[in-house]
Amino acid sequence: MNISQVLIEALESLNSNKMRSGLTVLGIVIGVAAVIAMLAVGNGARASITGSINQVGTNLLFVFSGGREDQTVNVRPPRPVTISDANALLDQYAAPHIQAVAPVLQGSGIADFGGQTKTTTIVGVTSSYQPVRNITLLEGDFINDDQNLGRASVTVIGVDVADKLFGHRDGLIGETIRIVNQPFRVIGVLTPQGGSAFGSEDNEVLIPLATAQARLLNRRNPDSVDVIYVQAVDFQSVTDASDEISQILRTRHQSPIGQDDFTVFTQESILNTVQTVTGVLTVFLGGIAAISLLVGGIGIMNIMLVSVTERTREIGLRKALGARKRDILIQFLAESSLLSLIGGFIGIMFGWLIAFIVGRVATATGNNFTPIVGLDAILLATIFSASVGLFFGIYPANRAASLEPVEALRYE
Amino acid sequence: MDWVVEAQDVVKTYKMGEVEVQALRGASLKVQRGEVVAIMGPSGSGKTTMMNILGCLDRPTSGEYILDGEPVAKLNDDQLANIRNHKVGFVFQSFNLLSRQSALSNVELPLRYAGLVDGGRRGRAKAALEAVGLGDRLNHRPMELSGGQQQRVAIARAIVNEPAIIMADEPTGNLDSKVGKEIMTLLLNLNKERGTTLIIITHDPTIGEQTQRIIHIRDGVVEDISKGNP
Repeated sequence: MNISQVLIEALESLNSNKMRSGLTVLGIVIGVAAVIAMLAVGNGARASITGSINQVGTNLLFVFSGGREDQTVNVRPPRPVTISDANALLDQYAAPHIQAVAPVLQGSGIADFGGQTKTTTIVGVTSSYQPVRNITLLEGDFINDDQNLGRASVTVIGVDVADKLFGHRDGLIGETIRIVNQPFRVIGVLTPQGGSAFGSEDNEVLIPLATAQARLLNRRNPDSVDVIYVQAVDFQSVTDASDEISQILRTRHQSPIGQDDFTVFTQESILNTVQTVTGVLTVFLGGIAAISLLVGGIGIMNIMLVSVTERTREIGLRKALGARKRDILIQFLAESSLLSLIGGFIGIMFGWLIAFIVGRVATATGNNFTPIVGLDAILLATIFSASVGLFFGIYPANRAASLEPVEALRYE
Repeated sequence: MDWVVEAQDVVKTYKMGEVEVQALRGASLKVQRGEVVAIMGPSGSGKTTMMNILGCLDRPTSGEYILDGEPVAKLNDDQLANIRNHKVGFVFQSFNLLSRQSALSNVELPLRYAGLVDGGRRGRAKAALEAVGLGDRLNHRPMELSGGQQQRVAIARAIVNEPAIIMADEPTGNLDSKVGKEIMTLLLNLNKERGTTLIIITHDPTIGEQTQRIIHIRDGVVEDISKGNP
């Protein structure tokens, strides 16, 4: 008996009991569709969560001068972190996991306009501060490189400052305010952030870093900065990025390992939570899908066992006519495999449809969420459904093949 | 003498739970090639067990059985399947056709297990169906055939592999007497034309009378052999 004959005969046999075959296939369809849909939704959710976390800035690291408290056996006063340090971190070969770097000077001072005053945080930044901190503007432009090089007297102000000084938030471009008694032209207004993990960004005035160094926030070392913000490529590479920063700064500061005169601060606790959550999510969805497939598989076994019992006489007859054990085994395995393959195929289509609908519903309700049907999910579901058919088909098939012809023929 | 069936001191014991039942207690019989033989006996006499062993559906507990020159008492399952396929044709009381397949596919079945490919198989199955007078019913399903026609399909299936013996277990038991007679005539004609050895298990004396020899079995032994009216 060749394969095509075996398959044709199996098809005929399944066809002869359409209702039963259909219900069995349905079990597998649900299992496979669940796997596809769950994995798609899981992948989509993961991508969505990762995306929003990156937006919040979990891939952000802070580098500042001074060792950790448990390592304060410093033999010499810590060197400040500098703009040169920041530039060194941009080396793509030494630090492949670092995407962007923003050195920052910070201090506080009074801003005033038309008699109104506001105590605020003065932040000296470069143009890279905007992408690193995901800064958006209500109006105007961010500080650019030319303004930084030219030590221009321009400022981007937060909404709290705008509210206090002007009483409104729009139409402020071109106005001149005074920061620590020096005139600055307003070129942009920050989008309100509310309180964030890094303190309120609404009560800030941003000015070019070079301007701050020269005129407002003088430091003993003219090159030094207070903090370097470092953006890792994504939130999974934060640890790698942290290691790379330490390596580079140790070399530059010539500090022995264990006695760093700088600190790299990451948000590992947030990262760990996020990783736990996505991990649990995947396991949870995978578990549900696996259970569905298992149920489908047991359905196949059940139906095949019924089929064996029902067809005992037929099996006996086939044996009387010269069918060997192997022939019967192949016949029943072909039937169960075919059932699960058909179910798997329909299930893939169906799961795809579910994932698509879920995506549509999510979009319609305003959630930025796209389920991702991966090739790996399809392969997994196909292999899984075929092996479910084989695995759960083996027992009934074996039982059929081991029937004694005499007994089987006598069976009513 | 050319013996096609030689059974010597065949014993068959079944275990029914704790109790051992001896269905055959040393039965011996021989059948000549081309002979028509009836095996008769009351129910419980062991004649079905005898047929199972002669048809290689079952192995004797002890004793010798040589079918068409081949000792088969000690063969394993797959070897027995092979012997059944090539040397034995079965005709059952209840026809035992596959209901969802055509007459042709039913007759093809033994050829399929013999490993024949499509072309030759179809031709031989067709020839066998024509030999039993069903050349015009090739694609009918068993449901669409009368009882007598179904039994003819079963006979075609039994002869398609050109076996050494045909075992017929009450072949007319489910048919009315007129159709039963036709089936008997068909079987006897096949014997005459093809020389196929025919062993009929029956308790109907009128069928016994149409055979050359009647082997009476009682309590698991061959009791008596009488001559029929060929």
